[in-house]
Amino acid sequence: MKLEIEKLTKSFGSGDQKQRVLDSLNLKVEFPHVLALLGPSGGGKSTLLRVIAGLEQSDGGEVIVNGESIPHQERNLRNYRRSLGVVFQSFNLFPHMTAMCNVMLPLTAVHGLETTEARRRAVEVLERLGLAEHAEKNPMQLSGGQRQRVAIARALAARPQFLLFDEPTSALDPEMTAEVLQLIAELKEEGTPMLLVTHEMGFARKIADHVAFISAGRVLESGSASEFFKTPQTTQAVRFLEKVLAY
Amino acid sequence: MRYSLFLDSRQKPTSPWVEGFWCVLIIGGVSLCCLLVMGGAAGISLGGWDAIWHYRDVFWKGWLLTIFLSLVSLVLSSLIGLGIALGRRSSVIALRSLSLLYVELVRGTPLLVQILFLFYVVANAMGLEDRLIAGVLILSIFSGAYLSEMIRAGIEAIPASQLESARAIGLTTLQIYRFVIVPQALRQILPALTGQFASLIKDSSLLSIIGLGEFTLAAQQVNSATYRTFESYLPLALGYLVLTLPISICSRMLEHRLRYET
Repeated sequence: MKLEIEKLTKSFGSGDQKQRVLDSLNLKVEFPHVLALLGPSGGGKSTLLRVIAGLEQSDGGEVIVNGESIPHQERNLRNYRRSLGVVFQSFNLFPHMTAMCNVMLPLTAVHGLETTEARRRAVEVLERLGLAEHAEKNPMQLSGGQRQRVAIARALAARPQFLLFDEPTSALDPEMTAEVLQLIAELKEEGTPMLLVTHEMGFARKIADHVAFISAGRVLESGSASEFFKTPQTTQAVRFLEKVLAY
Repeated sequence: MRYSLFLDSRQKPTSPWVEGFWCVLIIGGVSLCCLLVMGGAAGISLGGWDAIWHYRDVFWKGWLLTIFLSLVSLVLSSLIGLGIALGRRSSVIALRSLSLLYVELVRGTPLLVQILFLFYVVANAMGLEDRLIAGVLILSIFSGAYLSEMIRAGIEAIPASQLESARAIGLTTLQIYRFVIVPQALRQILPALTGQFASLIKDSSLLSIIGLGEFTLAAQQVNSATYRTFESYLPLALGYLVLTLPISICSRMLEHRLRYET
């Protein structure tokens, strides 16, 4: 997957409260499987992910995914979003629908599949993710880890061009975190490219091909994961890794 | 476990059926006592009930009219409530202020005052003389303001993350309302909505003030014809209870079910 970002700017608030979250951010990467966006909290990595996911309009700059520029109009942006799968920190499943219906909704409502075909595909994905026995349960009847796996199934079922994970394990306890990370690692083998914002440094080190270190709205470092963790170049990255790897 | 008389830990909520049974039992007991004590004191004989029985058609027609006008008002006020709730969420500031003004005006004045003002001043000026139409409209305007607040609360209770994930999978605005907002908001407000219907039925009794021949006015007419107060007004109270109690039980059951589902 190829990702080119040029002078991307995004601010929140107005007047005195105005905060520049992305500050003319540049990034050019090509990676086979996984790009990890790392960095301190509030540094802009989640916002960057949301812009790439088409959920947030940037104030300026371009994002080019595999040679195609992300549109700026809401209508075109919606079509672009349909080609992606996004997994959120707090799962965001629809609580009034079973796991099965959660997975089927985008297929029938957005991608125009017949109910039988959508069901067939949903069953297939849920089985693959080990959720077959939970298909008819509501999200409230599932554990956090299971919910996040259903959310991943929902994102996968539409066969997206790539997947975006926004801190997918931050709301989970360690055991469930392991369950979800295991699944993401398995997905890597299947070939759908992934963008990953995470605080799990050990996991990022293991799974990512490429790392972009983001702080204060800019990419301070971009390189292969092994190099980044072995020999970080900037003082900010060195300090960040010292802090998060201390324990 | 029971802590004390007025503080129960309520580990296991009582089923609405059991609670309903107790209510009926207590009502039955109290009614019987009233009948014996008051009836005895006033020297009431069965003759009084004979006179009332003679006017059963008046009661019956009034009761049916109360049900009818409450149902129509429920539909109308739901539409008004929905419109005002959407108005309060509008991006147009004039629409927002207008909706807020409506809600505050209606909720800030007593229903009786609204009936008097809207019927004798506004309806009169507009040449609207049909009491039934005027009564239904006034009741709908009154109830619509309360419903709009319930609907608004129901919509606002849906977390922003839900809308975000709906957007992320590519739903259109209309689809977001259809698949995400409406089903969830409806669950949220259904118990309150049912309760509001019970309120509507009770509030409709105030329409007797403008001479609308609903249940309460019917009882008043029977009373003035027979001079039998107790026998006129006891069926009146029971007639309302017969309508509101099942609704109240329904509302509780909905509350129970939805609480454990979500």
